[in-house]
Amino acid sequence: MIHARGLVQTFQTREGKKKTQVRAVDGVDLDVAEGEVIGFLGPNGAGKTTTLRMLTTLLRPTEGTATVAGYDVVKESEKVRRSIGYVSQSGSTGQFARAGDEVIDHGMLYGMTGADARRRGQELFSQLDLDGLWGRQPKTMSGGQRRRLDIVMGLIHEPTLVFLDEPTTGLDPQARANLWTHIADLRKRRGATVFLTTHYLDEADALSDRIIIIDHGKIIAADTSDNLKAQVSGDLVDLEVADPDLVAQAAKRLDAIAETGQDGHDAVEIDGNHVRARVQRAGKAVPGLLSDLREADIDLESIEVHRPTLDDVFLTLTGRSLRDAESSAPADPTSKEN
Amino acid sequence: MRFLRESFIVFRRQLRMNLRNPAWVLIGLMQPILYLFLFGPLLKPMAQQLGVANTWTFFVPGMLIQLGMFGAFFAGFGLISEWRDGVIEAERVTPANRTALLMGRLWRDLLQLLVQALVLVGLGYWVGMEAPLRGVVLGVALTLLVGGACAAASNALALTTKSEDVMAPVINVVMMPVLLLSGILLPMTIGPDWLQRTSDFMPFRWITDAVRGSFVGDFGANAVLWGSVWAVGLFAIALWWGTATFRRENA
Repeated sequence: MIHARGLVQTFQTREGKKKTQVRAVDGVDLDVAEGEVIGFLGPNGAGKTTTLRMLTTLLRPTEGTATVAGYDVVKESEKVRRSIGYVSQSGSTGQFARAGDEVIDHGMLYGMTGADARRRGQELFSQLDLDGLWGRQPKTMSGGQRRRLDIVMGLIHEPTLVFLDEPTTGLDPQARANLWTHIADLRKRRGATVFLTTHYLDEADALSDRIIIIDHGKIIAADTSDNLKAQVSGDLVDLEVADPDLVAQAAKRLDAIAETGQDGHDAVEIDGNHVRARVQRAGKAVPGLLSDLREADIDLESIEVHRPTLDDVFLTLTGRSLRDAESSAPADPTSKEN
Repeated sequence: MRFLRESFIVFRRQLRMNLRNPAWVLIGLMQPILYLFLFGPLLKPMAQQLGVANTWTFFVPGMLIQLGMFGAFFAGFGLISEWRDGVIEAERVTPANRTALLMGRLWRDLLQLLVQALVLVGLGYWVGMEAPLRGVVLGVALTLLVGGACAAASNALALTTKSEDVMAPVINVVMMPVLLLSGILLPMTIGPDWLQRTSDFMPFRWITDAVRGSFVGDFGANAVLWGSVWAVGLFAIALWWGTATFRRENA
């Protein structure tokens, strides 16, 4: 459905008089099969939206090629536009227009008749729980309703491939959960291929078959969530030792089953009464560890085993956590990432 | 055909939005009326100095050009808020022709201008303007070309700057010399020689002269020819600029 090779996008940015070239997207290869749901994950400013805008023909790649739904994004951009639906993060409807009018006009720009667009639009309104809002102005709708209206706009011409750009940013948890079910429905009900960008780990985890991680304009991983997590060396085992004097001994026992640490560092981390280490397949190794500890008379207050999260994946791949990457990204709410 | 259909969809949407906010429609209509009744009478005692027989026949063409230019210059501001709502992006992701996206908006501006022009000409006749119908038709046509050019340029500027804060000063900088050098309110011929020569470089002065010429029925005059050439030229350039901005990927 999507095949991209070596996509590059450079922008000129100006700081005072100094002009610098920024490679917002720096050689991206992508392959998405029909029917897949892809989570395109990365911190703000990583190049997600820019990549998306190139795939949706809104931005011409500086370098590289991409075919989307079987058509070249540069040479056959009109055919690409016909086949895809795009739900941008900046909305799609006029604040003061009537929702239904916007939907009909949008459908008509795809070549539908007014009557078809109305029928289809009303169908989508009821599927996306927007009943009764046909005549409302978007500015009077809640954030969640507006996002769903944007999705109606993106689906009006029944595309087989849907791009969603940060669909749940700025929504409250309830509206988010609600939107997730609708996004999951895109494939379940209409068999659409879905490509969604997000900087929420749980969102990527919950919705997608496969996760593609981008950082600094480069793809750093692309796999299923489980496989990505398996790349992180093992599960985190966290022991809380009852007797402070026995912490060192407990650490030695944990070390026996732990992975060797990165860069030759000690794999076991001691933090007060806590002893932590990454253990390959902890479920299998931990019972042995427990009986070891019991034999040595080391009592535990608690033991916790954490499966790796996508944040751990990001940390392993980039050396920093997604949250850190997020806060270090230049925050500029007025200008859109592009 | 497809181009017309797509332009029409955009035009209808724009018109619908405008009519939902009738305050703007009223303000648009009030402008020419206020100028005619509050400024027009000031010219009357100056008829001899201006060298015209009928001050209304002199004044109404200037007002037409002013309407065409200044109303249209502000068209771009609406486009910025549409862009902010994501409407432009949503339209650009459809297969619709990019020129049609601009054209639909221009039609709306031109329709508004046409209504204003007709009101102005009608009131002009009522207060005593004397002009042949042929001349009025040509004059209004030139006005529409000027208005279309300014609206297209304003839209292009809006999509380029994407900020009211940048656009407002730019428009002011452009508007001042245009207003002062195009002889809209008073003819440049009553000024000193150097001022007249300066105004020769102002395309809008030629167009204003052309509309005045056609209103007095002087179709053979050089002024009418050159003004028309300028009007068509400006329209073509602005249309090209506007389309280029809508076409540009990053808009």
